[in-house]
Amino acid sequence: MHTPSFGRGLRALSLLSVVLLIGAFSMVFFYAPNDADQGFIQKIFYVHVPVAIVALLGFIAGGIYGALYLWRGRRADDLRSYVAIHQAVILGVAALVTGSIWARASWGHWWVWDEPTLVSFLVVFLLFACYWPLRFSLEDPERQARFAAVFAVIAGAFVPINFMAVRLAQSYAPHPKVFMATGGGMPTSMFVTFLLCLLAVAVLAVTLWKYELTSKHATMRVRQLKRRLSADSSGTTVGRSAAPQQI
Amino acid sequence: MALIRKDFRLELRTRESVPAMLLFSISTFVLFHFGLDRDALSGDLAAGVLWVTLLFAAVLGINRLFVSEREEGGFDGFLLAPVDRTSMLVAKATVLFTFLVVVELGVVPAFTLLLLDPPLWPALPELLVVLLLADAGIAVVGTLVAALAVQTRARELIGPLLTLPLLVPLLTAAAQATAPLFDEAGALPAPGSWLGVLGLYDVVFGLVAYAVFDFLLED
Repeated sequence: MHTPSFGRGLRALSLLSVVLLIGAFSMVFFYAPNDADQGFIQKIFYVHVPVAIVALLGFIAGGIYGALYLWRGRRADDLRSYVAIHQAVILGVAALVTGSIWARASWGHWWVWDEPTLVSFLVVFLLFACYWPLRFSLEDPERQARFAAVFAVIAGAFVPINFMAVRLAQSYAPHPKVFMATGGGMPTSMFVTFLLCLLAVAVLAVTLWKYELTSKHATMRVRQLKRRLSADSSGTTVGRSAAPQQI
Repeated sequence: MALIRKDFRLELRTRESVPAMLLFSISTFVLFHFGLDRDALSGDLAAGVLWVTLLFAAVLGINRLFVSEREEGGFDGFLLAPVDRTSMLVAKATVLFTFLVVVELGVVPAFTLLLLDPPLWPALPELLVVLLLADAGIAVVGTLVAALAVQTRARELIGPLLTLPLLVPLLTAAAQATAPLFDEAGALPAPGSWLGVLGLYDVVFGLVAYAVFDFLLED
């Protein structure tokens, strides 16, 4: 049987993400200049944009692992997909909150509808929030994994389509594309800082992903061992759960 | 083909989904009349009301789509039959598409009668194109979600919960394409880019459905 070792390289990754985060934040505060128009509040972008980008990538990664599960049928891929979507939803909350704070400071509203990126992010977020009710209402673990994977594939394909449609709908909207693509128009110091922030958040997300994988896997092993100790051969006695229960 | 015929015969005999969807839509128009306190609608408001209503009516149909299979063990019968599993997707999507078209045959005249301000005739040909493109998308996504939800415990919840966010791009495109058709100053042409988005949506989700539908039946 295929037994993955999720914990490999975790220490190095943790150290790397700590170093990167400290480096990135010190650059945000001490190196990058204050924005001429927006002043200090613009610095929230160094958190908001990387978090949002990484969240979207996490959703897509969840879809890819879902497809891998359907293709290879390894339970580990189901767990990977689950944890990726889990992390992405958490990052999604962070992105929505930071975006809201910025919008309040800059535009005077907590929420702006004619802002395609905001709206499409919310729709994607809502769709992925349905992942838990879906998993939770499937009892048979094999079917739970299979259906969740199908959902992850559908929702992963949905992400780009949704962004395109919503963006077209409000073509006049002024989304601050300061950090997008080529970094057009901003000083190099800002762009370098932003890239480092993106890298730091990405590495942090991968680290957390591996941590959760390891933790979930360890819980499963402990449960297995306990069951063996108590010589309980009646099979699964765990309660209903949205998370994968075995590998 | 046999599957499609079976579903049509079932619907003809029980008269369950289509009349319910139709009644539901007309009630929703009445609700919109009171909720918005308007006697007549035009432009993007009219398009929005029409599409939101159609979407909710579609959700009703989607929820019922696989119920007979589940209750009567039709899935087992289908899996035992020596046919390709994708044929279930094609059959169910066709059935849902037909239901939607039949419902719209009633809903669109009712909408014109009850709420629409500008005349329908000049807008009709293009409206038909938008309706058919959107119906195809709803049929594919609806079939997929219905097959996913019907096996879950909380299927009446999971179905609509998954359907509505997935249909947001479709609603956006359909409503935007319909808005100029209902313009007060007379029907303007529907913007091609929106029809393109609808078409793209249909194609992408058609392919996704084709790729993953098998996994929803395997048991």
